[in-house]
Amino acid sequence: MKPKFLIGGAVIILALGYMIWAGVTQSVVYFVTPSELQAAPVAGKAYRLGGLVARGTVNWNPATLDLTFSVSDGKSTVPVRHRGAPPDLFGEGRGAVVEGQWTAEGYFKATHIMAKHSEEYQAPHDTKDTQTRRLIDTLDRRER
Amino acid sequence: MIPEIGTGLLLVALILALYGAVVAALGARRGRLALVESAQHAALGVSVLLTAAMLLLIYAFLTFDFSVRYVATNTNLGTPFYYRITALWGALEGSIVLWAWMVGLYTLIVILRHRTSARELYPWVLTVMLSVVAFFLLVMTVAAPVFARMATIPADGRGLNPLLEDSGMITHPVALYLGFTGFTVPFAFAVAALVTGRVGDFWITTTRRWTILAWYFLSLGLLIGGWWSYHVLGWGGYWAWDPVENAAFMPWLTATALLHSVMIQERRRMLRLWNIALVVLTFSLTLFGTFLTRSGVIASVHAFSQGSIGVFFLSFLALVVLVSLALIAWRWDTLGAQGELDSVVSRESAFLLNNVLLVAATFTVFFGTVFPLLSEAVRDVKVSVGAPFFNQVNVPLFLSLIFLMGVGPLIAWRRASVENLRRNFLGPVIVGIVTAAVLWVLGIGSVLVLLSLGLTVFVAATIAVDLVRATRARRRMGERTLPALGGLLRRHNRRYGGFVVHLAILVVAVGVTGSQTWSVHTETTLQRGEQAELGGYRIRFDGLRESQESNHGKVTGSFTMLNGRGAGTVLEPAKKFYPQEQSPIAYVDYRLGLIDDVYLVLGDFASDGTSATVKFQVNRMVSWIWLGGVVLTLGTLLAVLPEPRRKAA
Repeated sequence: MKPKFLIGGAVIILALGYMIWAGVTQSVVYFVTPSELQAAPVAGKAYRLGGLVARGTVNWNPATLDLTFSVSDGKSTVPVRHRGAPPDLFGEGRGAVVEGQWTAEGYFKATHIMAKHSEEYQAPHDTKDTQTRRLIDTLDRRER
Repeated sequence: MIPEIGTGLLLVALILALYGAVVAALGARRGRLALVESAQHAALGVSVLLTAAMLLLIYAFLTFDFSVRYVATNTNLGTPFYYRITALWGALEGSIVLWAWMVGLYTLIVILRHRTSARELYPWVLTVMLSVVAFFLLVMTVAAPVFARMATIPADGRGLNPLLEDSGMITHPVALYLGFTGFTVPFAFAVAALVTGRVGDFWITTTRRWTILAWYFLSLGLLIGGWWSYHVLGWGGYWAWDPVENAAFMPWLTATALLHSVMIQERRRMLRLWNIALVVLTFSLTLFGTFLTRSGVIASVHAFSQGSIGVFFLSFLALVVLVSLALIAWRWDTLGAQGELDSVVSRESAFLLNNVLLVAATFTVFFGTVFPLLSEAVRDVKVSVGAPFFNQVNVPLFLSLIFLMGVGPLIAWRRASVENLRRNFLGPVIVGIVTAAVLWVLGIGSVLVLLSLGLTVFVAATIAVDLVRATRARRRMGERTLPALGGLLRRHNRRYGGFVVHLAILVVAVGVTGSQTWSVHTETTLQRGEQAELGGYRIRFDGLRESQESNHGKVTGSFTMLNGRGAGTVLEPAKKFYPQEQSPIAYVDYRLGLIDDVYLVLGDFASDGTSATVKFQVNRMVSWIWLGGVVLTLGTLLAVLPEPRRKAA
């Protein structure tokens, strides 16, 4: 091998390494629970917030497309605001993963809602939780 | 009875496959033809048994035999006829059956085609292929028994996952599996080459068509998967960098690299080791993809269930990698290159760079896919790596690859002269730059879009330059234009098949660029009779109606397109309510066009039918992606035509 090919190869590997490193550090999104988010909220940072949609907190206004609700993990709750109709699996007492940002005004601004079945809503099928999984992920994909 | 018969068939098939694998290897070592023939019979037997098992399963589906657990969980009495057949591969166990059946089928074709032409490698090829079938049969008997019996026979089944009731379900898995399993053949030949020590170019030239076909089916599977995602899932996109998509995309990338690198080996006797490594990598990635999608380590539409299946696939993957590495180490001395790179500016370098970039893309996709798993396992921190990462890292790589797509086929071997470069590339470069400049003047500000479209036009121009020049040369010999072109395509079908496939990739690239750049979407609540406007299209909401289908209830919204192409078309997005699901499933409606797709998803609605929330999208140039699939098919057909006999000059 001639040196110029080795140098070329090294340059490519370094460039690639840098791109991956930069890409991951910039675009990785952390999953947090309401407690974790409330413990150390950083405004403007992207999160995926997971928990149960608290009962009695869902407010959907079709005219303005404003959807507000709270996500709870039993210890803390986080108020969430979203623009757009609730997804098919969304409902009070059900699980949801919400992607978005914490805002300085003290609420979570959602860009995507990935609703999921929570354990308490699981249907009594003999096939364990396969169906539930499918549905979760279906919605996970649909909401992208 | 069916569960017992089916289980029996598969068990016998497993024993036969193991027997055949061992006997073929023995026959090869001892030079005993009778043993190899016995292995052939075993392979035939395996295929027949697998076919029988599959027919039995289809029969069980068609007769609603709910004593078979797999039937009971994947259909119910309301499932329409076609989907009772495709339900065969609607879930984990059945998909493994289909998989094994395909490898069995491929084994038969290998026997027919290569029994005499590849005498030395052939017995080992048989061993490897039967071992792979045996592995899948083992999975079927132990980890995912497709003929498992229901303890109590239910009156009705649970029904197919509603999202799978779609025509894409008929073709997407079949194409994808044909691709995945197709790579077993080049892999088997590579292993056979290593075992016998015949690591020269024979196995490469013999498996060229196999690799192309497997690659083609995989491409088709990916495209149909994108189409399914686009018109079923209702998010308006076709590719989400979802782990399961990545799982199929990684072997596609390495196989693409392989298709190119084998040409270097054929022509310049270089890259022997590299090619073997690429084949092993591609085959391993198909197994890894299966592990990823079927084991439940990631959450996905495709991850049917958890259980011991992941362990099986991971162990088999480890076995494949270890055996391959051991064989490569054993034959290390014979894998050196006979040729050398002469110059950075040459076709070899362009192809080499293409390979490096494709493998780099594979690595980034791999990294992004497993990073969340590693992060959770090692640091116990749940993270997600989304589309922004994959796009950011891969877009520059793909743009470079498009550039090389223009350079590679025309640049001179060994060392390109300035004259060669000027002659081939001056025109296309100018055309590409002018295109980008015109688009810029027209108001496109994004550098990436300008680059993407400019490069696309550059590559198209190189193809045009080559075709025009070669046709002219033939015309000088007295042929007319069209026969000259036809003769050219036929005579150099490999080269021009490749060009057509390149065109297909360009068409897809334009579709991706256009849809990512110019698509618009909105969400709005409309009262009956109210209109909404987006991207030059106006729609009117005309009301809702309820209906009852064979296995679900349905609420359909009616929207009329008021202007532009397709004015008067009524779009009817709906929500389907399946009794076995606790939540509704959206049914998308759309009007496809070459430039614009009008695409509607019904959101929430008032129960009295007076108002509905609708997601309204105008997706641009998405159809080009599907069109690319058609061009890809034509190019592949051209490339795999038998090579014409050369006439004596």
